[in-house]
Amino acid sequence: MTGSPSFKIAITAIGGQGGGVLADWIVKLGERSGYIAQSTSVPGVAQRTGATVYYVELFSEDAARSKGKSPVLALMPVPGDVDIVIAAELMEAGRAVMRGFVTQQTTLIASSHRDYAIAEKITMSDGRQDADSIQSAAEKSAGRFIQANMAEAAASANAVISAVLFGVLAGSGALPINRENFEATIRAAGHSVESNLRGFEKGFSIAESASLLEERSPAEKSIDGQPSPSVIPLLDRLKDGFPPATHFILKEGLKRTVDFQDVKYAHLYLDHLEKILTADCANGGEAKNWRLTQATGKHLALWMTYDDAIRVADLKTRANRFVRFREDVCAEENQIVHVSEYLHPRVEEVCDILPAGGSSVILKSATLKKSIGAVLGKGKRVSTTKLRGFLMLRFMASLRFARRASYRFKLEEQRSNDWLELILSLTPRNYELACEVAALQRLIKGYGDTRERGLANYKHIIAVIERVKTQADPENVLSRLCDAALHDENGASLHAAIDRLQYELNAAE
Amino acid sequence: MAERSFAKEVQHLRMGDGELFRGEGILAVTKALLQSGVSYVGGYQGAPISHLMDVLSDAQNILGELNVHFEASASEASAAAMLAASVNYPLRGAVTWKSTVGTNVASDALANVASSGVKGGALIIIGEDYGEGSSIMQERSHAFAMKSQIWLLDPRPNLPSIVEAVERGFELSEASNTPVMLELRIRACHVSGSFTAKDNITPSFTLSDAMENPTRDYSRVVLPPSSFVHEIEKVEQRWPAAIDYIKKHKLNEFLGGHKGKVGIIVQGGLYNSLIRALELNGLADSFGETDIPIYCLNVTYPPIKDEVKGFCLDKKAVLMIEEGQPEYIEQSFNTILRNADIQTKIIGKEMLPRAGEYTGQVLQEAIRKFIEAYAPKWLRHAPSLPVAQLTAEEKLSVAQTVPQRPAGFCTGCPERPVFSAMKLVQKDIGEFHVSCDIGCHLFSILPPFDIGNTTMGYGLGWAGASALNADASQRTVSIMGDGGFWHNGLTSGVGNAVFNKNDNVLVIIDNGYAAATGGQDILSSRPGNKTKSTNNPIAKAVRGIGVEWLREVNTYNVGEMRKVLKDAMTTAVKGPKVIVAQSECMLNRQRREKPIRAKAIKDGKRVVRTRYGVDPDTCTGDHSCIRISGCPSLTIRDNPDPLRDDPVAWVNNDCVGCGVCGENAHAAILCPSFFRAELIYNPSFWDTLMARIRGEVIAFFQKRDDKRRAKYSFGTAL
Repeated sequence: MTGSPSFKIAITAIGGQGGGVLADWIVKLGERSGYIAQSTSVPGVAQRTGATVYYVELFSEDAARSKGKSPVLALMPVPGDVDIVIAAELMEAGRAVMRGFVTQQTTLIASSHRDYAIAEKITMSDGRQDADSIQSAAEKSAGRFIQANMAEAAASANAVISAVLFGVLAGSGALPINRENFEATIRAAGHSVESNLRGFEKGFSIAESASLLEERSPAEKSIDGQPSPSVIPLLDRLKDGFPPATHFILKEGLKRTVDFQDVKYAHLYLDHLEKILTADCANGGEAKNWRLTQATGKHLALWMTYDDAIRVADLKTRANRFVRFREDVCAEENQIVHVSEYLHPRVEEVCDILPAGGSSVILKSATLKKSIGAVLGKGKRVSTTKLRGFLMLRFMASLRFARRASYRFKLEEQRSNDWLELILSLTPRNYELACEVAALQRLIKGYGDTRERGLANYKHIIAVIERVKTQADPENVLSRLCDAALHDENGASLHAAIDRLQYELNAAE
Repeated sequence: MAERSFAKEVQHLRMGDGELFRGEGILAVTKALLQSGVSYVGGYQGAPISHLMDVLSDAQNILGELNVHFEASASEASAAAMLAASVNYPLRGAVTWKSTVGTNVASDALANVASSGVKGGALIIIGEDYGEGSSIMQERSHAFAMKSQIWLLDPRPNLPSIVEAVERGFELSEASNTPVMLELRIRACHVSGSFTAKDNITPSFTLSDAMENPTRDYSRVVLPPSSFVHEIEKVEQRWPAAIDYIKKHKLNEFLGGHKGKVGIIVQGGLYNSLIRALELNGLADSFGETDIPIYCLNVTYPPIKDEVKGFCLDKKAVLMIEEGQPEYIEQSFNTILRNADIQTKIIGKEMLPRAGEYTGQVLQEAIRKFIEAYAPKWLRHAPSLPVAQLTAEEKLSVAQTVPQRPAGFCTGCPERPVFSAMKLVQKDIGEFHVSCDIGCHLFSILPPFDIGNTTMGYGLGWAGASALNADASQRTVSIMGDGGFWHNGLTSGVGNAVFNKNDNVLVIIDNGYAAATGGQDILSSRPGNKTKSTNNPIAKAVRGIGVEWLREVNTYNVGEMRKVLKDAMTTAVKGPKVIVAQSECMLNRQRREKPIRAKAIKDGKRVVRTRYGVDPDTCTGDHSCIRISGCPSLTIRDNPDPLRDDPVAWVNNDCVGCGVCGENAHAAILCPSFFRAELIYNPSFWDTLMARIRGEVIAFFQKRDDKRRAKYSFGTAL
């Protein structure tokens, strides 16, 4: 045997990903191929969703025989002394880089998929970490970097991710061991042999053409057809009246408003935006890529298409949703799937869709609220794939014809009009600030308590807008308030930020 | 049934003389026990020695053939007390646990057996849970060995050395009438390797022999005046006997070169890391050959004066590699040299970190420093290691980007809804003090729950809140797992609360197993166990000890859980209140049910599989659902809506259908996005018929709606 007598291999994974299986396979592979093999790990709490490292050393039997002694193998990787790092997730590849395992001598094999950490998942907005910086650091540190979405490859082969990674290891040639021995190892393990060999095959070809797979992006679903005559006037208005930079967002807005209510409602959307565009134009918007019109267009569409029971019932009963949930739950072809919704309508949600006058009366009367609440009871599970549930939801969706008269419609109309007024009034004085106010709508999302919390935060911020205006950099102050509102559920950060703002102002005075 | 089955591996335990045994360290220990003619084995599971208990549990047939009695002890104290059998009788026994926590629990019995002294070899195998991967406070077991005078073995981390340590350990124990501790670090427990097996030995004197021919020796009982005699025996007879044995059988090793002014003293368990560190400094080869003399302590207690003096005498300085603190060995070796007036410098914590694991990197740096200071000419051949071509800025950016991954509840864990309910109750009645225990439920202290103030030890959850029992407008909540409850919590927690008229609340998480240690059976486990008595309900024990306010709740019913917990917190009834929150550990349940389901589907039987989902078009990306759940399968993905930026929640394919996300959506009135899907395998005629009728009707309406929407289609062009 030529070359290095030993290989040091670190596997970084998340507990439950099966890193132990891979380590086991590599040990068995080594033993089958003329190596003394040793693996170690630190199970324990890491097994429960924590990050963990498995470490394997292979040492040539020939080299040991010619020396007449057994090698002393280490029990943990030393930074700078790792030949192969296999990361079963992208951030775990980053962790290996962070710990110094990845150097110019290292072949780094990483799955590019993300398994989000709890801190990334629990934020009230988008807490996902930047994957690109990890990828470029890995690319720069490693002697060789092979990456692909191996979780996807594993799923498509119905194999474990370890099988794909094992295949990549084989295909990479980082170990001077032939493919047959790799496959024989999987066979000898005797567990899900067929599917794991399929996964192995996928991995092997990934290693052979690592770059090809990365470039293939999911094919766009082609939605055929020209716009229907009924929406052409809307599109004409958009094309003729608005600069091209805004078309993408505004077209989405039009689709949404038509879908929510009707063409007339979409015209109203454009009516509002025309005023915004005029202000945008007058205040140098062209040079700013029409930022104000784009931001307002995006958030106005969301505001105008609020999620009431009618909307939810409509979305839940659509044919495309029936296709989608089958995909989401990985149903087999023609398999019967029953779906039931977790719905918990309260008095407030009922009043949303009742005529404005009636709702006001109910919401003011504690007795009425209580008795309606009693009728509504606890949360319900409505089976959308059975006739009763489907027809009930469909009936709810059909109430759309009466939506304009509803309590919530008037309420949202009032609120969004106030918001538009504020944007228009701010634009001439501070364009950037107006854009930030437009973006504030993103605080209002969710349902029930979640939505009330967001709305309350929005109101708190709007209430201090006069004070914000007097700051040196009002747009940044506002954006910080917005971030604070999205920092925690109980509003502590936002209140602290507002208090500090007041304090600074008082001090300045 | 434990998390991992060793049914296949245990067959290796039958191997005879000359056969090559392959496996992990802890499996090798089991084989070594059988080769040593052990009569009884006991212990309490916990990483890193859980597998030892699991292997023994799976090997009951083989143990039976060899007349070995195996006990899954109620606690480490029970296990340590087992060693009493070796006090009067020539019986070899071994016990095992996770240390130092288990040794803390066992120390009462350990001190007694160490005082009495043993006739048959008594071996205590401890998994030293220190350094990376550890789940406990960072302490050393060394102190226990010193205080009770128990010998401490710390063999080199390879299978032949570990096996030899077991065999020699029994002999040493018998030669010095003293129990012996065998310390294995986390990685050594899980290290894979091989050794040449010997035949198993059936003990010639059996447990039945002892029971049928009882002997007693008053001088072995720990009571004055014997207890005073024991102390004298320890220093005058047992200590010298041990020193003789250790020297004679060369348990400690002198490795490396024999010349030069410097040397290295190392704990056996760190030997491999030392050799790698030397190799990376160009001072050793891969086979451990080095010019630097090494004194390898496979016995870390007692110190062998002659060996220490002999090794140090001709040297200017020796590096003392002793992990953890305080540095007991360094101190005792310094005393030895001082008394002998030898001027050799012992360099220990002066160059090595006072705290933390001695990794390859730590040792590599320490050795470089040491050699630079005391034998610089040797460093001439030091190779330089490759590094990553990253700027400091890039390194920092990676460090800031890679997220922490705290341990959390598994997908579908039945403990999660208990804490979801607790969060909701706190929203209703305000914050309260929560005293935690040891077990998976302790993950409640981490995100997303952030619930819990202290943890005082296994089974001590309620005792940990016993001071907070004053007149107050808010009660405290304590948590205890079923594992901790049977370990000691029944008396130290529940009995204590009854006796002291506690007015607070205990939630016992009854998932049917000692789940955190690998899902071992306990008294209240529900599935049958051929060799143990299970199905002893917790509620019966709690009532029996005098608790009157007791509720049993299914954990997955978040609404009910919330109601019962709120009741307990606000009821006018005085006295201890206990809620037994029941649902089977999902890992165990899946392990049991998955193969059955797969077989049923294969056999053509009608099977309904439930799982959950989130509709992306109604999800607004606030993630409240994740904040009160934290289920690994409830995660996020890109928002398909071009107008929305925040990622939407979704349920990935690991979902096991526990339903907590849906229950939470109801209990917390979150949002209408969650749905439950029932997938039907091998549908019945009725299923198919109804599905067809429903499908036709629904499709009729959906087609009509799609047609209407098509009238307002924007197409693809602008």
